[in-house]
Amino acid sequence: MSTRTIQGQKNLQNINQASKDGIGGSPLRPDGNLKVKGEFAYSSDLWHEDMLWGMALRSPHPRANILSVDIADALKVPGVYAVLTHEDIPGTKYYGLEIQDQPALAIDKVRYHGEAIALVAADHPETARRAVKKIKVEYEVLTPITTEEQCLDPETHGYVHEPHEFKSHGYGNICHEQKLVSGLGVTDEVRALADVIVKGSYEVGMQDQAFLGPESGLAVPAEDGGIDLYIATQWLHVDRQQMAPVLALPEEKVRLTLAGVGGAFGGREDISMQIHACLLAQHTGKPVKIVYARDESFYGHVHRHPARMTYEHGATRDGKLVFADCRIVLDGGAYASASPAVVGNAASLGHGPYVIPNVKMHAIALYSNNPSCGAMRGFGAVQAAFGYETQMDRLAAELGMDPVELRQLNAMSEGDFMPTGQQIDSPAPVAELLRRVKDMPLPPPLDTEHLDVRQLPGALSNTSHGEGIVRGVGYSVGIKNVGFSEGFDDYSTARVRLEVIGGEPVAMVHTAMAEVGQGGVTVHAQIARTELGVEQVTIHPANTEVGSAGSTSASRQTYMTGGAVKLAAEAVKQALIEKGRRRYGWTQHDLTLTGGKVVSPSTGALVSMVDLLGDEAIDLTREHHHRPTVPFDKETGQGFGHVQYTFCANRAVVDVDIELGLVKVVELTAVQDVGKALNPLSVVGQIQGGCTQALGLAVMEEIIVKDGKVRNASFTDYLIPTILDTPPIPVEILELPDPHAPYGLRGVGEAPTVSATPSIVAAIRNATGLALNRIPVRPEHLTTEAPGPK
Amino acid sequence: MRVTFTANGKPVEADDVWEGESLLYVLRERVGLPGSKNACEQGECGSCTVYLDGVPVCSCLVAAGQVQDREVRTVEGLSDEQGELGLVQQAFVDAGAVQCGFCTPGLLVQTDALLAKDAQPSDNDIREALSGNLCRCTGYEKIMDAVRLASARTCERATSE
Repeated sequence: MSTRTIQGQKNLQNINQASKDGIGGSPLRPDGNLKVKGEFAYSSDLWHEDMLWGMALRSPHPRANILSVDIADALKVPGVYAVLTHEDIPGTKYYGLEIQDQPALAIDKVRYHGEAIALVAADHPETARRAVKKIKVEYEVLTPITTEEQCLDPETHGYVHEPHEFKSHGYGNICHEQKLVSGLGVTDEVRALADVIVKGSYEVGMQDQAFLGPESGLAVPAEDGGIDLYIATQWLHVDRQQMAPVLALPEEKVRLTLAGVGGAFGGREDISMQIHACLLAQHTGKPVKIVYARDESFYGHVHRHPARMTYEHGATRDGKLVFADCRIVLDGGAYASASPAVVGNAASLGHGPYVIPNVKMHAIALYSNNPSCGAMRGFGAVQAAFGYETQMDRLAAELGMDPVELRQLNAMSEGDFMPTGQQIDSPAPVAELLRRVKDMPLPPPLDTEHLDVRQLPGALSNTSHGEGIVRGVGYSVGIKNVGFSEGFDDYSTARVRLEVIGGEPVAMVHTAMAEVGQGGVTVHAQIARTELGVEQVTIHPANTEVGSAGSTSASRQTYMTGGAVKLAAEAVKQALIEKGRRRYGWTQHDLTLTGGKVVSPSTGALVSMVDLLGDEAIDLTREHHHRPTVPFDKETGQGFGHVQYTFCANRAVVDVDIELGLVKVVELTAVQDVGKALNPLSVVGQIQGGCTQALGLAVMEEIIVKDGKVRNASFTDYLIPTILDTPPIPVEILELPDPHAPYGLRGVGEAPTVSATPSIVAAIRNATGLALNRIPVRPEHLTTEAPGPK
Repeated sequence: MRVTFTANGKPVEADDVWEGESLLYVLRERVGLPGSKNACEQGECGSCTVYLDGVPVCSCLVAAGQVQDREVRTVEGLSDEQGELGLVQQAFVDAGAVQCGFCTPGLLVQTDALLAKDAQPSDNDIREALSGNLCRCTGYEKIMDAVRLASARTCERATSE
């Protein structure tokens, strides 16, 4: 096993570990057995004997006026129960996460390739497909607005949304922008303080979450006129909040239950088929199931923002950073989605985990007729990391320094200030992470004596037998915020119930947390066991009958919902002990629950929980809010905007076939500070998965959009890493507790996705000497590009 | 049309099957075996892998009519009659190789087939055998661990028998 866990130097608190299945242990997933038996009900597995199949008609044009929609022929197809357009929407026609700018069904115009225009409900998916094809739409096709230059010149090229529409943040085709100035900013005087200046322009392609479980769900009309939706999502309550006004229902009549989720990675933060299925169910009075085909999934969810960035860094001769001047332009596509928050992240994290006395930053998200972009793992920090880490390597080369040393020299640590003016008040072991990743043993050199072609670039295609293969090594480190930022009142709710079942104390945990594969359900049980000293914990299905848990995103769920479970369990514990005090007159103040008993550290077990509880249950609900943050000042970017930071360092080793431009990542090492590993097995799994998505962005993953049209909406053409593309990923974990977080934990899931991509590109540069300013790096870049700057 | 075949050792029949339906659709929507997953439905991701007459295939690429009178074994058929996990299933749970789990059924069938052919595959053999099964969550490391664990337990069992 390539994994080892290293205990940090500090211990925030002594955790009363109830058992090996409490926090810090690695109990197995409660849903694991069902999943390996094929019995776990994913949202696409739901079935109702009376159900219909829903399907959407989608636009073939990225920008067009809709002159007419004729549904008459579609309605005549036998087996069709309903065909709906925006005219059939009973309530508000628009929704959105931050700006309500997206129509549930297109009204008068389409703004991106694949936008939904009409819906069909039918008795068989094939019937629905045939009916969709019979809907006649007359378009006036317009030239799409797709490039940064076109977007920023609306007088010539037009507006994606007319100027009077939905401009809560920006103007023209700018959806949102955030500026930041710290120190003296970047002026000629500041530039003059630097001995060395490097400038670079960088591009990041449009990455897709490519979760395997397609968007799907089952909407069931209820007798009270409301609707029950069984759905794969990341945040039940925010879905409901967006859905209810469109369905013209009060929120309490829109009840959501989480169905099995086949991965998310940000792609389920927005509404996809939720409203469509409910509209069809309302209209037909029957249960309606929608399951996207893979191409529809590519059209139906938002992607990672493609970016164009310019960076200028200045440093003294001895390697100290003097200034950074950064511009980050994100293409947000047709609708806002999470673009404003992504911009905030890019602006406030876009300088990397470095102390830089003078910073100027300008980040913007554009409206365009390209596919909408929003949340994806790493959320605005990923694109920037490719920019600033490439700059660090170039600066090191310019100064003749070791690139890891340069990073360590400028690494931020606890007590330092972010360019936002926020002081970092928990461990920030950036230099230490780099030291550890550099000290990890390197993989052995390519064994040309006993060559297995499957290990080479090109692998099973048998393109090389070792000739023309060059090895390279690259390093990187990244920073990501945890939780929702900029003044958002981020909170989560948990209900914990303790009762005696079958002669044993059993805890039940009820939250609305979306388990999307990350293992939250395992951790919640561990927390309840630890706090309540019981073995048996039941996790109630997530639904809207309990308060909001917030989103399963921003690496926040263990922090936030885990924190809420801890609070609720502590409250139950106190209530139980109080019950004992009343009954037995205990006077000790340090009573704990262990092994199913109330225990006094001085006198031992006092009473079994079974006896104390009897037939009564203790059932309490608590909310966990993290400490407040504030919005960034629009012009200066100043403010205590983020609640927690998380860091990961990587080393990549690659072999490159320089004749064919093929890359094989040989090893991808990660060292990350996780504060406290509540479940080390899951933590390592998260880090390895995050690294692999970063590998995808580095060398293969991109949605190709040409003139606003998506060219590769399939797993045949959009490539994600296979097991042959993915190397061993040794992981080392540091545990330096954050004094502000429950158990000292730190969000885990996103940091490796931020940091790992630049290390792979750095390794390819190290092997080839090429500049490589765009990702993903494709074979043609390796065979036709000029060598990079020294 | 009516299609009759054997699924996990039991005879099944499906009526009114449209000629374009895949084996995957028939299994999931008609005969109550949703364990095989519908991730790409064009043979790229491996999530719907089942045994057809003992050979692993992507059930999304098999027309329903092709399975007439043949034997299908799905992920549901890897557990025994009492629902006890098969050796490969248990290894995936124990190694932490299951996260969202959507790719898992296909990987289980493919791993089962690999170990039936070669109980002690090398890492390169494992990677080659599983290269048609996409996983988006795990980074594959824990899947490698699971297959190695299943291999070790298979060999242990063979020695003790």
